[in-house]
Amino acid sequence: MGSLFEVVPADTQDEVPRRRVTVTVNGTPMSAVIETRLLLVHLLRQAFKLTGTHMGCDTTHCGACTVLFDGKPVKSCTMLAVQADGHEITTVEGLAGPSELHPIQEGFKEEHGLQCGFCTPGMMLSAKALLDRNPDPDEDEIRWALSGNLCRCTGYQNIVKSVQWAARKMNPQQGQEVSE
Amino acid sequence: MTALDEIKIGGLGASRRRVEDNRFIRGKGNYVDDITLPGMLHMEILRSPVAHARIVSIDTSKAWAMPGVRLVITGETLAARNLAWMPTLSYDTQAVLATDKVRFQGQEIAAVIADDPYTAKDACEAIVVEYEPLPVMVNPYQAMEDGAERIRDDKENQPDNVIYDWEVGDRDGTERAFAEADLVSKIQLHYPRSHPSPIETCGSIADFNRATQKLTVYMTTQAPHIIRAAVAMVAELPEQMIRIIAPDIGGGFGNKVPVYPGYVVSILASILLEKPVKWIEDRTGNLISTGFARDIYLEGEMALRKDGKILGVRMNCIADHGAFFSDAQPSKFKIGLLHSAFACYDIPAAHLTARGVYTNKAPGGVAYRCSFRVTEAMFFQERMVETAAIDLGMDPAEIRRVNFVRDDDFPHRTAFGFLTDSGQYTKCLDLGLEAIGYDTFRQEQEEARKRGRLLGIGISTMTEPLGAGNSREFDILGIKMFDSAELRIHMTGKALLRTGARSQGQGHETTWAQIVAHELGLPAEDVTVEEGDTDTAPFGMGTYASRSTPVAGAAISMAARKIRAKARKIAAHLLEVSEEDVEWELGRFYVRSRPEQGVTIQEAAMAAYSNMPDGMEPGLEAIAYYDPPNLTWPFAAYIAKVEVDPETGVWDVLRMVAVDDCGVRINPMIVEGQIMGGLTEAYAMASMQYITFDAEGNCIGSNFTDYLLPTAWETPGFELHEVVTPCPHHPIGAKGIGECAAVGGPAAFVNAVIDAVKHLGVKNIDMPVLPDRVYEAIKTGKDVSGAPPVRTDG
Amino acid sequence: MYPPRFEYEAPETVAEAVGLLVEGHGSAKVLAGGQSLIPMMKTRFASPEMLVDINGISDLEYHRRDADGSIRVGALCRHATLEQSQVLADHQPTMAAASALVADPIVRNRGTLVGSLCHADPQGDWAAVMASLGASVIAQGPTGERVIPVQEFAVGPFQNALAYDEIAVAAVVPPPKGKPEGGYLKMERRVGDFATAGVAVSLDRSAGGVARAGIALTGVGPRTIVAEEAAAILVERGLDPDSIAEAARAAAGAAQPKTDHRGTAEYKRHLVEVFTSRILKRIAGSSEEAA
Repeated sequence: MGSLFEVVPADTQDEVPRRRVTVTVNGTPMSAVIETRLLLVHLLRQAFKLTGTHMGCDTTHCGACTVLFDGKPVKSCTMLAVQADGHEITTVEGLAGPSELHPIQEGFKEEHGLQCGFCTPGMMLSAKALLDRNPDPDEDEIRWALSGNLCRCTGYQNIVKSVQWAARKMNPQQGQEVSE
Repeated sequence: MTALDEIKIGGLGASRRRVEDNRFIRGKGNYVDDITLPGMLHMEILRSPVAHARIVSIDTSKAWAMPGVRLVITGETLAARNLAWMPTLSYDTQAVLATDKVRFQGQEIAAVIADDPYTAKDACEAIVVEYEPLPVMVNPYQAMEDGAERIRDDKENQPDNVIYDWEVGDRDGTERAFAEADLVSKIQLHYPRSHPSPIETCGSIADFNRATQKLTVYMTTQAPHIIRAAVAMVAELPEQMIRIIAPDIGGGFGNKVPVYPGYVVSILASILLEKPVKWIEDRTGNLISTGFARDIYLEGEMALRKDGKILGVRMNCIADHGAFFSDAQPSKFKIGLLHSAFACYDIPAAHLTARGVYTNKAPGGVAYRCSFRVTEAMFFQERMVETAAIDLGMDPAEIRRVNFVRDDDFPHRTAFGFLTDSGQYTKCLDLGLEAIGYDTFRQEQEEARKRGRLLGIGISTMTEPLGAGNSREFDILGIKMFDSAELRIHMTGKALLRTGARSQGQGHETTWAQIVAHELGLPAEDVTVEEGDTDTAPFGMGTYASRSTPVAGAAISMAARKIRAKARKIAAHLLEVSEEDVEWELGRFYVRSRPEQGVTIQEAAMAAYSNMPDGMEPGLEAIAYYDPPNLTWPFAAYIAKVEVDPETGVWDVLRMVAVDDCGVRINPMIVEGQIMGGLTEAYAMASMQYITFDAEGNCIGSNFTDYLLPTAWETPGFELHEVVTPCPHHPIGAKGIGECAAVGGPAAFVNAVIDAVKHLGVKNIDMPVLPDRVYEAIKTGKDVSGAPPVRTDG
Repeated sequence: MYPPRFEYEAPETVAEAVGLLVEGHGSAKVLAGGQSLIPMMKTRFASPEMLVDINGISDLEYHRRDADGSIRVGALCRHATLEQSQVLADHQPTMAAASALVADPIVRNRGTLVGSLCHADPQGDWAAVMASLGASVIAQGPTGERVIPVQEFAVGPFQNALAYDEIAVAAVVPPPKGKPEGGYLKMERRVGDFATAGVAVSLDRSAGGVARAGIALTGVGPRTIVAEEAAAILVERGLDPDSIAEAARAAAGAAQPKTDHRGTAEYKRHLVEVFTSRILKRIAGSSEEAA
């Protein structure tokens, strides 16, 4: 039998439940034949080689695996890959444009919003969903929106500043100018 | 030509944006689990569901029969190769996979290697283990009872569950101090079991190549060189054939210092199967089996004069080490640096006794954001001082001022024998008090009480020993705790720097280059930093206990100075003057009498490869091994202001002020990041983060449902202040900083809550200061002390 | 971390889904938000042979207020939708208060109210909220619909009253008998923590009195507890300092907490009293202000 994480031979004849899924990941349709039990995070990391999405817990708490599912943050360790069939996923690898960083990425670097970097992709995607919905959030709104993502390094204060930096850059007329 | 602007080239004091961020913000970090090798197999570990039981049988037949399973390993497999037990970092032994009995819930029983982890997990579930239950001891007092079941019946000369009795200090002098005291203040504390819980769990990929006999292991380790030595000794492989690579590490905090069974078994599996084997721990495995921290019972007494002067201190502690004594700590000190307590106070006499005990709990005793029990030391110290202030009816700031070592009293020998060398303690405290508005606070507190509101301010001040070590006193398993740096200046003036440290988020790739920029005037962006590969990095003891900047950082300076010394000779040759006539300014040598005639460091580098003086060894590379003359002693004053809800016991942090003196700051932005991270862990420990066990030895705190880490929502905001007293012996005057706030912070929060309720007669609430404990204290007017029990109705 | 194997079906209609459950004869489980079920499968506390994923049944993705004032929440309505709902903000304060306190913001994007009721966790927030409102679950089986009051829906910890071939397609809050007021308070030690204790209060107020009252408690018993006596006090006597204090005491009396690592039984009982009193005082205070 083929491994879950490897290409499955076309003539596999065992009893293992499998499905073909097609998912639009960062704008590109991608397809794979997978076991039905495969978690979305493993589809992204192993089948699609997008290792920016991390795993940090077993119980849907840490948020390191956060991706955008049809634009909304979800914990990809708590969705089955088959559930993504026909849907759109954005991972950290899809945040930046071809030549430039997303303002949230810049903000995290400018305001030292990361240390070990492990929670960062999930944190940035939650921040993106927040700014998409609320372009000028206050500190409480930012802290509330990020409260499904755990960080052990930063103490969150600089993450809040990073999101504020991005908000200013994305909407220069709001609040203060971005200081370089 | 004018000298370079050091800030502009990213030197000392520049808040340079981090180099490593460029990959992390793009999701292009390279953590162990991101690595896939051709033909790689996956390993899962079966763990014991019970805490203490004899293993009657292990039936692996169903697991072997499952499609996709390549290997099932049990303790028997290991015993046949003399690998069932491994040495710990504290001269004890630890079971790799259990053979005789299990000694804690979560202990490793068997491992399955399969084509994918799902299959490996399925097969683990198919293994049938029969256990014969034994009595379970979940605290040291149970384990010390007469006739208690022996946990380590595998060891000869271990008649009971006591691991060691140890003492330090001046017993008689302390006795005399107490005889002279006007007042003796007492305290009893439990510092609960905690776990570092970096968001990335532990894991490894072992890749043994039969053809070359080389073993490469990608591993989540903070100390790759120690691991290489350990693997060489445990697996009896030649050290040069072992390559340990610590790629990007998703946080460590001490969790990734020890050698864990998973690493060892994945290595054996790779050797047996001749394929790469990946093991990635799940969160439960991480919390229930890898290095815990703290879990120590402390009793103390303080001899006081009426005016607040501390005459002497006694500390007695009992440490719960779990089933194996595997503390990661210097070998001379059985209870780490617990005796660093009270280092910031001028105390004539002190004495400490410590007892270590085995229990049916996970082993570890790691230095969780801490220099070997310094966290417990400083928590004890600041809770003891606070209690003394209450007993004396003295202002908590004043009692600290009265007893601080004065600025002009350095170097100062502490009561336990450490040598502190610098600091401005009163200045730091006063800065913090002013920032939080301490002047008017007592009045505010009084008025709030009249309206039924409970406010409190908690102070914690401390200096702690960071940067182990010096080789006279500090070694791990006999290996001296020095560090190294290797600096190569290429002919175009660009550089490659390697150290034996390993960043887990501290930003070494950024700050190390800044040290080079400071020493040589090379722009920091021209210096590439590499760490974590034992085949390329020079030997080092790794990154933990805030030792990177004090030790590896110093080695970088020394290597750069060797480069500069050689470059000076080259410059003299190019300038056609004698070396004595050559002066240095940042980035450039010049002729003393003709400053306009000079040679930049880059020009000297080119000459080292193209135009060196006759007889000079070509090239411009240096390596330095740094053995620090002493520890570094940063000081901090942490001051928290809280409000306690008298109806529910919930407390909120209104403000948190931190004044840190860590000497010269290489990158202020990164230093502040370290402080805020530490404060958050301090808040976590004070408020919610602990692991406890029920009477059967079930771990309560085995996942993030029960082991609570604070989110952005609960975590308070922080106000940071700075005082700079350079370290007198460090080449650039820097002191450690990574752990200060985690070490000193908890007492500030606890003292603040106590300050809010002390008028009710409460002097102690043990951590975590959970709302129900605060409520109980308010309601009864009594202390709520002792281990956080798993209280059940039956 | 890795769920066991299962068959997976993703029907597009409720009828199709029910058909799959019938075929499954009890071995199939419905997957909606999955925020409890998938973690339980990953940790192997649950291992259904088949999952019937109803996320493709777009008919179930709604919540609305009907002409009679009843509120109906479809099986695929996510917590986040309720959190942002203008309908709840305008018409149902207890649900509005609770919607932001369920789990964490990311989980709320996926998890559903009806799924939470089906999960029947005594620490689940929605069960107390819906019980305080006298709400019901609509179960659809092969022979049609049946209405199960929320109070009877959880038959034990993690056990609901659905037959193996039934799907909970909606939850329905009956029309209020006056102006709906209420609140939800819970003690959580950090975002995403299970409740140490929680209290849902729902009142329908009319002519200065209380036409209907419901008080239900989270996390203080083997299942969600409905504090009937406390509610009766409010209906009988309206809201005044004495009746509030008495109702709060009665609510605390109805709790059946157990001591555990989240707190002692005594503490949890005390929290019920404090929270009940706080919600009621706020309601009383705001109506005074309005008057």
